[in-house]
Order: sequence, then structure tokens, then C-alpha cells
Amino acid sequence: MAELAFRPREWAQKLVAPIDPVLLGMLALLLGYAMLVLVSASPERLNNQILNLAVALVVMRVAAQVPPQRLMHLALPLYVGGVLLLVAVALFGDISKGARRWLNLGFMRIQPSELMKIAVPLMLAWYFQKHEAMLRARDWIVAALILLLPVGLIVRQPDLGTAILVFAAGFFVLFLAGLSWKVMAALLFGGLASLPFAWTLLHDYQRQRILTLIDPEADPLGKGFHIIQSTIAVGSGGILGKGWGNGTQTHLEFIPERHTDFIFAVLSEEFGLLGNTFLLAIYALIIGRGLMIAANAPTLFSRLLAGSITLIFFTYAFVNMGMVSGILPVVGVPLPFVSYGGTALVTLFAGVGILMSIHKHRMLVQK
Amino acid sequence: MFKPAEFKNPEQEIERFQRRLAVTGGLVLAAFFLLFVRFFWLQVVQHEHYQTRAEDNRISLVPIVPNRGVIVDRNGVVLARNYSAYTLEITPSRVADLEGAINELARIIDIQPKDRKRFRKLLEESRNFESLPIRTRLTDEEVARFIAQRFRFPGVEIKARLFRQYPQAELASHALGYIGRVNERDLGTIEKNNAEDNYRGTEHFGKTGLEQKYEFELHGQTGFEQVEVDAGGRAVRVLSRTAPLPGNNLVLTLDAKLQQVVERAFGKRRGALVAIEPSSGGILALVSMPGYDPNLFVDGIHPQDWELLNTSEDKPMVNRALNGAYPPGSTFKPFMALAALETGKRTPQQTISDPGFFNFGGHTFRDDKKGGHGVVDMYKSIVHSCDTYYYVLANDMGIDAISGFMRQLGFGSPTGIDIEGESKGVLPSQEWKRKRFRKPEQQKWYAGETISIGIGQGYNAYTPIQLAQATAAIANNGVMFRPHLVKYVENINTGERRPVEPEPLRVLSYKPAHLEVIRQAMVGVNKEGTGTRAFAGAEYVSAGKTGTAQVYSLKGAKYEAGKVQERLRDHALFIAFAPADQPTIALAVLVENGGFGAQSAAPIARQVLDYWLLGKLPKDAAPEFEEEGEGG
Repeated sequence: MAELAFRPREWAQKLVAPIDPVLLGMLALLLGYAMLVLVSASPERLNNQILNLAVALVVMRVAAQVPPQRLMHLALPLYVGGVLLLVAVALFGDISKGARRWLNLGFMRIQPSELMKIAVPLMLAWYFQKHEAMLRARDWIVAALILLLPVGLIVRQPDLGTAILVFAAGFFVLFLAGLSWKVMAALLFGGLASLPFAWTLLHDYQRQRILTLIDPEADPLGKGFHIIQSTIAVGSGGILGKGWGNGTQTHLEFIPERHTDFIFAVLSEEFGLLGNTFLLAIYALIIGRGLMIAANAPTLFSRLLAGSITLIFFTYAFVNMGMVSGILPVVGVPLPFVSYGGTALVTLFAGVGILMSIHKHRMLVQK
Repeated sequence: MFKPAEFKNPEQEIERFQRRLAVTGGLVLAAFFLLFVRFFWLQVVQHEHYQTRAEDNRISLVPIVPNRGVIVDRNGVVLARNYSAYTLEITPSRVADLEGAINELARIIDIQPKDRKRFRKLLEESRNFESLPIRTRLTDEEVARFIAQRFRFPGVEIKARLFRQYPQAELASHALGYIGRVNERDLGTIEKNNAEDNYRGTEHFGKTGLEQKYEFELHGQTGFEQVEVDAGGRAVRVLSRTAPLPGNNLVLTLDAKLQQVVERAFGKRRGALVAIEPSSGGILALVSMPGYDPNLFVDGIHPQDWELLNTSEDKPMVNRALNGAYPPGSTFKPFMALAALETGKRTPQQTISDPGFFNFGGHTFRDDKKGGHGVVDMYKSIVHSCDTYYYVLANDMGIDAISGFMRQLGFGSPTGIDIEGESKGVLPSQEWKRKRFRKPEQQKWYAGETISIGIGQGYNAYTPIQLAQATAAIANNGVMFRPHLVKYVENINTGERRPVEPEPLRVLSYKPAHLEVIRQAMVGVNKEGTGTRAFAGAEYVSAGKTGTAQVYSLKGAKYEAGKVQERLRDHALFIAFAPADQPTIALAVLVENGGFGAQSAAPIARQVLDYWLLGKLPKDAAPEFEEEGEGG
């Protein structure tokens, strides 16, 4: 024990050992960019975000340390615990802004749906690994239930944004595990056919958001305000942008939630098409790196998990940018690694840590 | 096991996984490409559109309302000006619970039920995003109290505003008119004048009188501030400023002191007086009694006050000088006499023998003097106001000759004074009757109807200003001017003074000898006739004519003032000009239900002339007059 204290070099080596420098390098680029935007959008929140980032990096480092085999053991308890918490939320959760999403534990409030973004793909990857030898129709049905149970609970809260992300995370596992194209086609058509029915299940405000997307000018000062103003911000940015700190839409408070869900509007306004393309490129690189890690992963479990986590990053990014630029309805999905807020950051970096761990253990012989 | 198990080949498995991974990679790129296309569309193709919208968002033009021009009388006495005061204003759209907010405000600032009522009325009349005053003229202490607690009242603000003030209160209220908050009708007027831009931010508009007629002179040029605003509409900083240009001032022909003399002379009596400078048409006094306090209207009149003004039997809101049409009674006689001379129907020397009545078609038209005036020539007919002379004259002339002559003098047509909404009165003629009535038997003019026209009764109905204008025309030897209140419009930005042109309206080429006959007769009225009492001891030579107009026909019964209800009593009239040889003032005065013209109207005229010609202020008590024989 005392020996370690005298070898700071070795310490440092141990500290960075599980970390993938390529992925971290890309992330560092993205985070630097994000800080720049945050300073413009809401400078007073920079310190907090740095703190959030520190916590998230610790989580990443811890996750990176955990070998995939250990993660497998965590899959079932995390998933079952998560579902129980979701049930608890439905029964005893705090209501805020018309939705029941938070669980008050007395000393802190938690949002269990956030956990499911990792727990669901973990559980499904574990399930497929377990039934790797023989996949029967029944296994697919069970997998579908594993996915739909928490998604259903989250939709009911209601929290469409998180539900979409959790569903996407789980669905990617199913897809990568080889869900047959026929089934997917059937599901797609079935889904389209049941759209009118689904419409009746939506909450009024959810329907309104979809209608708003189709015609935001119908209520420019009310429900269409967010989307109109963010679209104006993006469009007025032009090719080169208005320059850092010069976004009028941003600084005159026309952009709602400019430091969280709508931070992309700030980036777009101030850095223009060039800045957007740069952002897309970094995301593409990170996702590419993640897919590469998945491709090289040694076990089915780690392959599925890595692929799924990577694609969650993509889902976050696509849904958020699509929403801010007015091609997707407004759902509460932050821009990954960029939006202000600790919860999303911790979840995302937990995912990064898992990716790193999978990458680190790619050569180890399994079992 | 209802289905054969799927046996796995690890190699195949990995290959399929990587295929799937490749597919997802492709999808990711496709999705990002889709986003890129969207960005390209917004930021390159549609950039200009969104750029414009962002600018529109950002920059707001805030109008700066100019100072309204002031109104002064011919000697510089201020009749309408502006002063700055604090108001407490609420923007209804920014307040969720209006009633609650007002109740809370009432705890720190005195808000009376009538303030609430007025606010509610303003609320009905306005759009929601305007800020509306709940209290005006806050004291400094009230301002301080509100400022200390204003965080509790979103949507409520203290504003420093310019208020219109009429320092002389009721004086000349009908001439000045008043301004009030812009309403739908005013917006229509603004639109018609293509002045929408200049009226952005303007909250007040001239409603009546000069304030209305000269609205676009008084208003001025609205300035603008280009202000950067945030999404909440709050100004962040000023980008540029175009200063407003204050409105033009009005300098009136009116003499405030003279006006005051008249209004005091009227006291509690109802009526009207118009005094004109014959050589220019400039109005020296325009009185309609009772008046009202125009200050009441400036910020939205309290409903009770409005109710009071409108239900009062005295009808203070009616401008009697322009909108009251009264039979002129015997004041019509000098004009009839001039008509007789000009049409050759009479010479001054021709006489009639007056038995005290005139029979026509089985009907007896009585003279006021029992037994008649005896032998009467034109001079005497005016001086003693002999009715029979004019019954006969009217019958000889015929209705169309009379109306043709009187139309020239402006009777029965608006004078064109610079105040809106003047009545035209009634100049009876065959044509008028044909148009006025529906049934054929009513449309026909009967010769018998012409008789009482001669003494200013019958269908005759003229406004006091028409009477004053005609009197001024005679005083000015037939040269008629359009009566006007504004001497010149003063542009305080350039110092330019634009006179309201004193060009004659028309020149009536009466024979000077004829005019002289009339003048002499009217001088006689005040020297030895019906106006003698009123003008006893005057240090100038004046010309006048008394008149009494029937309000109520007693159908032959003898009229006894004391026995008739006050409101049914005759109206008293008087016309005058002086000095008789070089008149500087001509006037017509009417006292509603005043009885004989000599008794109540002539003394007012005397006070006016005394003040105007000698600068003499009246003794407090008006002389009492005994009943005296008087025409009509």
C-alpha cells in the first residue's frame, strides 16, 4: 500500500490504462466545442457544467474499469431494479410540469428512466448472449417484452423523449442480434397501420407537438414559438454564422431552453453551416469509432452492447438536431455531450466507459 | 420446442453482425446527410428569409409621440397646453388576474370606484396589448410607494405622460373642444388621411371643436426610436433615434377676456353669442352656455360625469352657437328691409298705416302693439319693430324672393367656420318645403305661410353664427368673410406663421345708400327704439336690433311671460355692430327662454361692446328692465 504512494508515475499509468485515447480525443474536441457554445448561451452555468463533467468522467473511468463479464452479472439486477423503480415512480413519483418522472428518496430525487437507457440494452445483450446457441421465436418474444415493459412505463409518465431513446437503445440490440428483416417489415407496416390508433393514445400536448411540427405558424406566439424561433436561429446563421456571442436570437432570449435542449440553435446561429458540419463530423467520428469497437468486440454480449450504446449517441444527436431544425417534433432529448445538464452527461459517459472497457478487453479470451 | 432450433455458426454469426453494423453505419451517414440537407436549406437557400425574420424579431420601432401644439387666444392667453404627470398603467395582456391586481394596487395607491369604472370602459374600447391608465396624476408619494413594490405587479407600470390641459376650464369650451383617447371612429379618420404611421403610439385625438378640426396641425410629427428588444418585448438598447417634431400652435382670433365677459354676463342662463370682426371674419367670442370642463375628457371621462353632462336638461354638450337653430324673430327685420330696398319693393320713405293687425286669407296676424304703430316708414318699422310693416312686405315679396335674398347673406347654409358639424338651419322656400315633406298637401307652399316669415317666425330657423355672419356682412358693407377662429397656424420648428386667409367669401354689391338706411335704422334702435334702455349712456354709436322668438304657439291666446313655464318662454335675441360708422365688432346673441330681446339679450350685447370698444368691465348687476312693447 505504501509502495503505491511512492510511484506517482505508475499511478497515473494505472489511472489512464483503461481509457481509449482515440475516443477520448474525439470527445475532448466535442466537449471543448460544447463549452464554447455554453459560454455564449449561458456563461453563468459553465462552472456547474465543468463539475458535471468531472463527475461524468469519474463515472466513465469507473465503467471503463469494469470488464464486460462483470457487466453481464450486473445486467439482470440493474434491469429488474430499474423496472421496480419505474413502477415506484408510477405509484409514488413526484409530479413536475404535468409528468410523473421523479422519485423522491428523501435525500435525493432520481429519475429512474435515465438508468434504463443503459440497463435495457445491457439486459437485452445479456439475454441474447445467454441464448446465443439457439435463438427461438420464443426468445425474440421475451426480448421484445424485456424492451417494451420499461418503454411502456416511461411512455405513461409521460416522457416521450426518454421512451424513444430507451426504445431505440433496445431495438438496436434486437436489430444487431439479427432480427429478421421480414419481422421488421411486418412491424413497420403494422406500426403504420396502427398510427391512427396510436394517435388516440397520445396526450393532447403530444398531439399538439406533432401538429405544431406540421404547421408551426398556426400559433406563432404559443405552441409554435419554440420551433419557429429555433428555425429562425438556424436559418439566420447562414454559412459562417453570426460569430461567437453575436447570436441575436440567442442573446435576446428568443430561443427557449437555449442552454439545454435547444443549445444546437445557439451553435447553429453563431457558427453557421460550417459549425454544424463540424459538429456532424465529430459525431460521425465518435459513432464510427464506437461501431468499430463493436465490430472488434470478442463476445456477442459486448458486440451488441457496444453497437447499441454507439447508436444511442446517434439517436440523441439525430433527434435533437432534427427537432431544433424543425423536421422532428419537439421531444425532450438533449444534444449529446453538448447540452447543459448532469444526468444526461453521466449516462452518456457511463456508455463511453463501457465502450472503452469493451475495447480494452477485445483481446482477452472469453469464459 | 415447437420450432427447430437455430444452430449457430460463430463465423457466420460475426459476419452477419458486421453486415448489420455496416447497414447501421450507412443509416447513420444517411441520417446525417439528411440533417445536412436541412441545414443547407435553412442556412443557405432560405438564409435571407430567416435573416430578415431574425432582424424583425430583434428590432422594434418605438414611436415617440410629439408634443401637441398649444392653443392661445389673440393676446397669447393659453387656452390649451400640455403638462407632464405620472400615470399608473396596466397592460391587460400581461396580467392574468386583472381584478385581483387592481385590488392589490388599491392597497398602496388610492383607486376610487370611478377609476375602476373608467378603466373597465377603456378596456372595452381598446386592444389588450395597450397599456391603459388605472390612475392618472399620481402624487410623488404615490409614485414612490408603487416603485418600492413594483416587483409584485408585473404588467403594471408608472409612466410619465404629457396631458392636455385646458387651464381656463369651461371658458370657450365649445370653441376649443377636447381631446380623448383614440377610438374606432378616430382610427377611421386617421386611415382616411393616410396618417397611420404618424399616429403610431398616439393615444389621444381631437374629438370636437378646434382640437378636432385642427387635429392634424396640432399633432406634430411622430419620432422613432429603433430599439433592440428581447423576446419579452423589453428594450435592451437604443440603436437610433429620430426626434419628434412638435405640433403646430394655434393662435386664435378669439379674445379670452371678451369671452369671459360674455360667459359671466350669461351667468346661469342658457344661450349663445357669436362676435365677429366684420373686416376679417375672425371670431372674437364664441359662446354657448352652459359650457363644460373639457379637462374631464382628456383621459377618458368618468362614466358618472358623462351621464351628468348628457342627461342634463341644459344640454351643456350642445354647441348652441353652431347647432342650435332658432327663429330669428325681429332681428330678421333689418335683413327684410334691405331685401325690400334691393329688390325695389319698397323705398325708405314709403309708409303703411298700421292698425295693429294684418288680415290675410281669413287669418289675423297681430302686431305686438295693441292699436298699432300708426303711420310707419322703413326707419320706424325697424326702430319700433313694427310687425304689420313686415307682414305686408313679406306678402308683397313672396317666399322665393325672400329666400333668394337671404341665401346670399348665408342664412340656411353652414357658414364654414373652422369647427366640424355645424348645422345649416332652415331657410324656408317652396323648394325647401317640397323636399322637406312627404304628403303632397304638405309639400305645397301656402301664401299665408309667407306672412310670418317676414317677422322671422314660421319655418325660419337659423344658427346664432349665421345671424352673426349676416350682421357682420351688413356692418362690412356687404363684404362677407368666412367666420373663423384661428388667426394663424404657427410652426414652432420653423417659426413660420400661416394665416387662415382673410379672403372674402363673397362680395354682395348692395347699394351703399340702401345699407345706410339700414344702418341708420339700427342706430335708431339703440338711440330711440327697443334698444334704448340697454344702450343708455353708451359712449359710442352702436347699431342693433332686438328680437323675440316664439318657442311655443299659444294659438291666439295672449302671451304672458309669468304664466308660461320657464322652458316654454320666448327666446330673447339681439344683433348689433359698433361703432356704427366703422364697425370693429358685429354680434348676435340669443338667450334661451329669456323673454324679450330688449330685456335679457341686449344688455349682454351692451357689455360686449363696452368691453370691446372701451375696455370697460361690466358692473356686477345687470340692469333690470320693465316690460316694454316689442315686436314678434
